[in-house]
Amino acid sequence: MTLSAIRSRLAGLEGRSYWRSLDEAADTPEFRAYVEREFPEQASEFNDPAGRRQFLKLMGASLALAGVGACTRQPPEKIVPYVRQPEEIIPGRPLFFATAMPQGGIGLPLLAENHMGRPTKLEGNPEHPASLGATDVLAQASVLTLYDPDRSRTIIGRGEVKTWGSFLAAMQLLLGPKRSNGGAGLRLLTEPISSPSVLEQIDALLTTFPQAKWHQWDPVYGVVQGGSAASSALYRFEKADVVLALDADFMGFGPASVRYTKDFTSRRRGANPEHPNRLYVVEPTPTVTGSTADHRLALKARDIYPFAAALAGALGVAGAAPAGELPEEARAKWLPALAADLRAHRGAAVVVAGESQPAAVHALARAINEAIGAVGTTVTYGAPVVGSPVDGAASIAQLVADMNAGSVDALLIVGTNPIFTAPGDLDFRAAFDKVANRVHVGLYHDETAELCHWHVNEAHYLESWGDVRAFDGTVSLIQPLIAPLYDGHTLLEILANLNGTSGQSSLDLTKAYWTRAFGGQTKTAWTLRDAKGQAFTTVDAFWRHALHDGFVASTSGFTSTSQPAAASTTASAAQTAPAAAAPAAPAAMTGTEIIFRPDPYILDGRNANNGWLQELPKPISKITWDNVAFISPRTAERLGVPVTRSGNQNQAVLSISYQGRKASIPAWVQPGTADDVVVVHFGYGRKRAGRVGSNVGHDVFGLRSSRAPWFDGGAEVSNSGEGYYIASTQNHFAMEGRHPVRIVDVEELKKNPKAVEEQGAEKPPAALSLYPVYEYPHHKWGMAIDLNACTGCSACVIACVAENNIPVVGKSQVARTREMHWIRVDTYFGGDPAKPDGPHHQPVPCQQCENAPCEVVCPVAATVHSDEGLNDMVYNRCVGTRYCSNNCPYKVRRFNFLLYQDFVTPELMAQRNPDVTIRSRGVMEKCTYCVQRINHARIDEKTTGRAIQDGDIKTACQQVCPADAIVFGDLNDPKSRVVELKATERNYGLLDDLGTRPRTTYLAKVRNPNPALE
Amino acid sequence: MEASQFPKDDFRAPLPVIAPGYTSRSITEKLTGIVLTKHTPVAWFFVTAVAFMLLMGLTVSLAYLLAKGIGIWGNNVPVGWAFDIINFVWWIGIGHAGTLISAILLLFKQDWRTSINRFAEAMTLFAVACAALFPLVHTGRPWLAIYWLFPYPNAMTLWPNFKSPLIWDVFAVTTYGSVSALFWFVGLIPDLATFRDRAAHPGLKKLFGFLALGWRGSARHWFRYETAYLLLAGLSTPLVLSVHTVVSFDFAVSVIPGWHATIFPPYFVAGAIYAGFAMVLTLAIPLRVMFKVEDFITMRHIENMAKITLVTGLVVVYGYACEAFFGWYSGNEYERFMLKNRTYFGPYAWSYWLLLICNFIVPQLLWSKRLRRNIPIVFVVCMFINVGMWLERFVIIVTSLHRDFLPSSWQMYYPTIWDFMTLAGTIGLFLTLMFLFVRVLPMISIFEMRTLLPGAAPKHGADEKGGVH
Repeated sequence: MTLSAIRSRLAGLEGRSYWRSLDEAADTPEFRAYVEREFPEQASEFNDPAGRRQFLKLMGASLALAGVGACTRQPPEKIVPYVRQPEEIIPGRPLFFATAMPQGGIGLPLLAENHMGRPTKLEGNPEHPASLGATDVLAQASVLTLYDPDRSRTIIGRGEVKTWGSFLAAMQLLLGPKRSNGGAGLRLLTEPISSPSVLEQIDALLTTFPQAKWHQWDPVYGVVQGGSAASSALYRFEKADVVLALDADFMGFGPASVRYTKDFTSRRRGANPEHPNRLYVVEPTPTVTGSTADHRLALKARDIYPFAAALAGALGVAGAAPAGELPEEARAKWLPALAADLRAHRGAAVVVAGESQPAAVHALARAINEAIGAVGTTVTYGAPVVGSPVDGAASIAQLVADMNAGSVDALLIVGTNPIFTAPGDLDFRAAFDKVANRVHVGLYHDETAELCHWHVNEAHYLESWGDVRAFDGTVSLIQPLIAPLYDGHTLLEILANLNGTSGQSSLDLTKAYWTRAFGGQTKTAWTLRDAKGQAFTTVDAFWRHALHDGFVASTSGFTSTSQPAAASTTASAAQTAPAAAAPAAPAAMTGTEIIFRPDPYILDGRNANNGWLQELPKPISKITWDNVAFISPRTAERLGVPVTRSGNQNQAVLSISYQGRKASIPAWVQPGTADDVVVVHFGYGRKRAGRVGSNVGHDVFGLRSSRAPWFDGGAEVSNSGEGYYIASTQNHFAMEGRHPVRIVDVEELKKNPKAVEEQGAEKPPAALSLYPVYEYPHHKWGMAIDLNACTGCSACVIACVAENNIPVVGKSQVARTREMHWIRVDTYFGGDPAKPDGPHHQPVPCQQCENAPCEVVCPVAATVHSDEGLNDMVYNRCVGTRYCSNNCPYKVRRFNFLLYQDFVTPELMAQRNPDVTIRSRGVMEKCTYCVQRINHARIDEKTTGRAIQDGDIKTACQQVCPADAIVFGDLNDPKSRVVELKATERNYGLLDDLGTRPRTTYLAKVRNPNPALE
Repeated sequence: MEASQFPKDDFRAPLPVIAPGYTSRSITEKLTGIVLTKHTPVAWFFVTAVAFMLLMGLTVSLAYLLAKGIGIWGNNVPVGWAFDIINFVWWIGIGHAGTLISAILLLFKQDWRTSINRFAEAMTLFAVACAALFPLVHTGRPWLAIYWLFPYPNAMTLWPNFKSPLIWDVFAVTTYGSVSALFWFVGLIPDLATFRDRAAHPGLKKLFGFLALGWRGSARHWFRYETAYLLLAGLSTPLVLSVHTVVSFDFAVSVIPGWHATIFPPYFVAGAIYAGFAMVLTLAIPLRVMFKVEDFITMRHIENMAKITLVTGLVVVYGYACEAFFGWYSGNEYERFMLKNRTYFGPYAWSYWLLLICNFIVPQLLWSKRLRRNIPIVFVVCMFINVGMWLERFVIIVTSLHRDFLPSSWQMYYPTIWDFMTLAGTIGLFLTLMFLFVRVLPMISIFEMRTLLPGAAPKHGADEKGGVH
């Protein structure tokens, strides 16, 4: 192997990534041998990350020992200032750019914070109707994926590093002969796509190759059971007084959840919600949505259809008859009460059917909505936003059949990872081997890429130009925040090249599409107007406006009635309601029900290498780093699984056999799960995810069936007798009569305004202290958290991680309860575990107590009170006695027991927020109320002379919160929102009977129960 | 009361503090012979070897601790303190008997203390050394904690936080350590002079001569010595009470149920004396056999110490009862929960019952005179107390922390191998120092033993009785 050959392999790599790239390139034995010869001493050490560190340590130690007693001198590093300063960049001041994150084909609009050319934090786009300023967990964590050192860095062709040019040449060679036969044997496998420009390219490709086929596979977002719903619904929860969710996690799942949470909680949050809405949830396992319900019924997934049918019958929907037995409680109590309530709120009620329920349930929900006058007010039905919506399970099954038949000889896979995620009944792997030319485009060199002849490293969306549509149809432009770190390419570029448009960048292609759209030359007729409804004068004005705002206002389903059909290839029958047909074979479902759910954060495994998501406690169960199967306490008893735990410990592993396929997965007793149901979470057990996600958890995709991908009967579940350690951040879910979360009924609160206060123990008087009360002359920061709005989605936790450079500690450390999150979401259940009340969520950041127990006990005064009321933590001064943590009644202080921060990986250094100190080993840390943001506002106040207004400062957790549950502000400003909230009778301090006088207070949860169901 | 004041064979007559038949010369020869000899008991080698091995384990575990961080231990959130502070409080408690014996019993003129005060003081020093290790190494950044906790003028113009009990700890422990060392050394001076005079090797002569600070035994020397010793005894006496009081403030000042209790200072002091006497007995029993000093550490000593142990043990048990009563009587839900969790509810309830067996049930054997004079029984009881006092701190620290206010933060604590190695290592350090001490310095005060001989000193109160003159 010659140097020139290696050079050509490494062509296109930048100097900074050189060493890491050698590691990548060194995958071939010859190359490794070459490297070892080239650097004879310690070269093998350098190939092995662990060995390299050891080597550096030894070198460092011997150097240090050699220089004991001498002054250490920093190695000279030249810092070169900008020769020509880029316009608008002020060092130390971030810039914000609008962009959008595609997830399952749907875009979530974002504002990206950019520090000196590095995106560090993502916020929601406040103007965009799909965000209104909030984001979700996945968007917050996606910035870490951008800097993931394990992302694919090169194009690989048949095991060797190749250039972009050689890939294009190979594609021309592959497609050339196909131009004559209409593209027979050519297949495209993608995730759902809503991008107008990409859809146009696919359309062009399918026109050039009429025999080619486009398949879609997304195990999370693109799979339906029992046929696709013909139309997509757009809900207006802010107008709904009564909401019924049929196995629908509309506030916890999918890109629409951000806006829906905002709309739904708008009826619950604030000083005193006049008319709180009422939410009924019928679902098999607790979800984020279920935890905000006023009434929640645990029902097997298969019983949702009969339940919906019976309800439809009760509401007078024609042709809907109960098709199965229902539990007594559902039939005798729930149905009459629900039907009466829905009828009573005609025009202000809505029924929501979940994604995992079959089309028949969606049809029933639509029929009920029409019967109760919801359509047009609380819900509108329109064309799906993603182009060519197909049932992914059927689509991939078709592809496997074709591959097995030998009719596929070229397969282009984009983004999705079917080798890992394909349903177990298909044996995708065996069929895949029969395809002669396999090409993979993706962020990671994953399980599928490993088996493909070609792999192209895709650009992350923060490195790409493009467009995407939000769930309401709004078109957003994706603009890059950084040049591709690893020279990745976009799908748009690849498709354009396949279509013969070579040499154009993604920017050119995106701009070209929208230039044509402006001229009305695209197949989809776009109405392009700004937020005021004004047409644009020039293409350039349109482009600048769309880039600046991040979206085109006139395309929103919320504001415009005439939406263009998403893609030319589909004929939509959306405007007519389909008949409420029964699901294919409900009678066949007997025995223990198996329900498949994606992991809420890892999804199908695509986020497996994201340490933030791995360590984020999953909503309700609070598990980290693993997937489990939820079972109810009764089922656990039947299986011999212990129901109670005193701490993190071994969990029983279940053996699950379904349709002859077997898998094992740890059991997790989750109160609120229906009996005789096992809820299997997939997405774990990746083999080629990277340093974080490989070999973590249990792979259960083998169990999944393409015919019933979400739920089915007939699973055989047994306790294997083995144990598996699960690291959970919370192990006690009972409140023990202490009322950390105070809950009142709305009627009770009306009768007795002191109802919330009375739930707590007696508060000691503030004047008990010997010290005089400090008057805060300037600002006096405080926070109020509305538990009535909080859904427990945990976006605040991950936003805090991103903002405050919080390290990932790993499963073994979480198992020792040493996770570093500055804000956590506590979850409590009440009542009988078999039929629990709850879950109730409570985000707990530092309470910034006025009489902080941590401050007095610190021997070195490393935690002190500021003159604005903050409980400051001085990292430099901390010696780490941990006394403050012991004495904190809220246990919100986190200690660096080991060196948790990664000081080594250069990619991760670029991600960090430069405004926040990186904490090292042996130091205590905690929530600061995002003091860096307060300081930014203070600097602005000094330079501009404009006093800080209420709302100028938003903490990271507040900014991300889709429910607007967290409000931060100045307690000295009588008109601020936080003062207004704290003045309500719902306001209470957590553990205020201890006399700590917390700055962060909570607004009690208010239930709005139906008297008929009490 | 002397034995002669009772009729012959009266059961009330105390046993002698020194076996009959000794003269000043024979005492001096016997006690100097233990040190100034080339024949070391085989058992000494054995114990010292084992102790040294444990000490090496300590150095390994501390080196690893400094390299990696506190995370090698089992401490977590919410159990921020565990073995580290348990061991600290345990050792500092053990360190209480020495000063109590030397100072308070001296002031009360308990002459039987003479045989045991020297090595009890040494034990105090070594226990304080073991204890002082923990507050330093248990911090996240000991290289800063080692001096930032002291008030000294500095470029940061920053004082430590005088409100923090940990700062009080620093003052209490350093004061106690230095006064104890001074007291011990002053008491050694006459004996060091004896060694200087009796040592054959010129090097040893020089060394002991240097340490004896020119002691010649003149009347003026003796006068100054007695004055200094008495003053130091007076200075040490309040320290015996203050150190553990301050240590108990670490807990009592905090808000944690199970820590936040006003009974803690007296209860901790009683516990410390209890633990200290148990440890003195644990050491005295084998040492008197090993070095054949049964004539000097007699059954009288063992019995007296057993009695003090029993009394202080009962005070400690009274403390437990008070804690339980006030937990219930407060009516506070956190306190009541703590009580239930500690006694029967919680996952660590076993430790509470084990503690009661060790500290309450087993020591009741000492009520019996027969058992009190049965040396193996006394030894076993003392071992129970040593374990029990460690468990007491486990119950206070771990059991209180693992279930505090918010159920969401309740977690379990499990020690790691490094926790055990550190605990065993300090025992190794303690025993190594102790055994080196008995081999190279007089473990029993020679000159004071001589005063115990009949007729060595004028009888107190002889005038009133119109006796000897």
